[in-house]
Parts: sequence; C-alpha cells; structure tokens
Amino acid sequence: MGKEIIDFLYLISIIIFIIGMKGLSNPATARKGNLVAGAGMGLAILIALLTPMLAGTAVSMTKYVFIIIAMAIGSGVGLVASKRVAMTAMPEMVSLFNGLGGATAMLIGFIELKNYAPEGVAGKLAAVAGHADLFTGSVFSSVFALFIGAVSFSGSLIAWGKLNGSLRDNIKLPVPQIINVTTLIAVFVLSYLIMAGNEMNFTLLIVLTIVSLFYGVAFVSPIGGGDMPVVISLLNSFTGIGATVAGLIYGNNIMIVGGILVGASGILLTILMCEAMNRSLISVVIGGFGASASSA
Amino acid sequence: MELILNFIENNLAMITILVLATFVGIEIIAKVPTVLHTPLMSGSNAISGVVVIGAIIMILKADDADYITLVVGSLGIALAMVNVVGGFAVTNRMLEMFKKKKK
Repeated sequence: MGKEIIDFLYLISIIIFIIGMKGLSNPATARKGNLVAGAGMGLAILIALLTPMLAGTAVSMTKYVFIIIAMAIGSGVGLVASKRVAMTAMPEMVSLFNGLGGATAMLIGFIELKNYAPEGVAGKLAAVAGHADLFTGSVFSSVFALFIGAVSFSGSLIAWGKLNGSLRDNIKLPVPQIINVTTLIAVFVLSYLIMAGNEMNFTLLIVLTIVSLFYGVAFVSPIGGGDMPVVISLLNSFTGIGATVAGLIYGNNIMIVGGILVGASGILLTILMCEAMNRSLISVVIGGFGASASSA
Repeated sequence: MELILNFIENNLAMITILVLATFVGIEIIAKVPTVLHTPLMSGSNAISGVVVIGAIIMILKADDADYITLVVGSLGIALAMVNVVGGFAVTNRMLEMFKKKKK
C-alpha cells in the first residue's frame, strides 16, 4: 500500500518538473516555470523524507537529525551564494553548483559499492542473465554513478576555475587526446575488474574514483575558456545522467525521470548552444583548438 | 545474445521509461530561444540536484551504526542541496534581470 502512494506522489512531482521545464523554455513563462520546477523539487524531497512513515517502517531519529542538519547547511550555503554572486559571475556559479550535484552522485556510487554485501557480489555480471533487476541495487549502476558523477564534479571545478580566472586558460596537459583516451580505457578496465571480481575490492574502488576524477580534469582542461558555457551545459547533462543512474540503484522513479530529463535536454541544449556560437560540438569537445579559435 | 534478450525482457519497463523520458526531455526544450539558453541550463541544473533524493534514501536505509554512510550521505545531501537551492535561486535572479532588460 505504502509503496504505491509513494510512487504516485513521485509521479506528480515528475509532472510538475516537466511543466516547469516547459515553462522555462518560453520567455513569457520562464520565471514561473522555474518556480514550478522548484515546487516539484520541494514535493519530491518531502516525499523522500516521509517515505518511512508512508511505508510504515521505523527509522531512528538520529538519521533525521543528520538529514535535516545537512539539508539546512546545504540550503543556507546555496541561498547565500546565489544572492552574493555578481551577475557577471553567474555561469561559473552554475558550474560550481553543477559540480556539487555530480559530487553527490559520485558519493552515492562510492558508498553503495563500499557497502556492497559480499553474498550479492558473486555473479554480478552473470546477474544479467537470470536476475530480475540488473539495474536496481546493482554494481553496474553504482560504478556508472561513481564515474559520471566524478567526471561532472572535477570537470565542473576546472570549468569554474577557468571562468573565474583562477586557472589560466593556457595550462594544458601534454598530448591531451592521448591522455583522454588512455584514462577512459583505464576507467573501463577498472570498472570491469570491479564488476567481475568475486568480492568488492576497496583498493580498486579508490583507484577508480581517482581515475574518474582525473578524467574530468583531462576532459575539460584542453577546452578553451570561450567554449566553457557549452562545456558547463554538457557537464550539466552529465550530472542529470548521474542522477538517473543513481536513481537506478534504488529503483527511484523521480531520480530516474528527473535525471534523464536534464540529461536529454542538456545534450540538446549543448548542441543548440554550439550552433548559436557557430561551432560544432565535436570541435569543442576535441578542444585544444577552442582557445585559439575563440580568441582569434 | 541470450544475455541481451534476457536483459531487455527483465528490464523492459525501465528501458521504456528511459526512452520515453529522453524524448520528453528533448521535446520540451526543442524550441527554446537563444536568450533563454543560460537560464534554462541553470534551471535544469537545479533539477539535476534531484540526486539529493538518492542521498536521503541512502541514509534512511543505512544501518544505525554505519557512521561512514551517515556522514558521507549527509555530505552528499548538503552538496546536492547547494545545487538545488542555489540553482533555483540563481535562475530566478537571471530571469529577473532578463525581465527588466526586456521592459
């Protein structure tokens, strides 16, 4: 009984999200759309907090103390930061906020992998064949959330640094393309080893986290400052995908749908922004040329 | 091959949701004018803070004595709340500015 009510309430917040985003894409309704989307988020968070009551499971007060304090601190910091930021510094602020969302996806993936019960580890890959839920509670979703969250986090920090000038634009890794590809291959190999291993290897988990964070740096650092808004939009899309994958871990519809809405629209928005700047997404992502092309 | 077929069969509802939501995401912003690119990016960035739900769930289902999960989960909640609250507030400020410029 409880689960149906929870899922139905989540469905209502999904509808509110969609109406809000639709409003945001029209100049006449943009401001209202933003408020509507915010209300949808408020409802979704409220449902998540009330889930134990609705489902009739007992939860210790200590956990709520942790949650409420964390929410209060986060909301306070977010509110103050958004009020104080100069109008010209908005894009870098968005980048920073986006990175923090990515960091949360990374932390969720990390903890879920760390806590993975040994009895569930056997046949993680074989689970594809017989298991009813590959996604829910799976190592695959956790690894993916960890990776994409980490990339979004470190990438957004680099973008933030480049925009506010604390990172010089011309600082680049040598042979960025080769480093990029090598890092990505390392991520795949590490992910495979974690998924295929017979028990959770904590060292591998730490190494995967570090390599994923490094990939974000390697991915963004060759791209020139002029292309940063496009990159932020792309990383925003990554955070959305990270939220989706983290939602798959828990089989939570609001995270899955809310995340994929941002993920899909973020990719399209990235392409539209590239078109508005007369650039192709490929040329931005391959980077390196970005700096010279935009400053020329 | 059988592996893939089984995977599709077992996760059909989830795959359907993912595919349909992708189309919805693309459709709802397909006609966005250039001036709204940045506010839309900022607003959708706030929505991606929905990941905070995951951190809340993570804490709620953790063992009471599992302090690593409680602390890391709280950190996750705090970071994601900065994203959510800051994201919506910054978007609101951007759109206020936009409205004044228009008039």
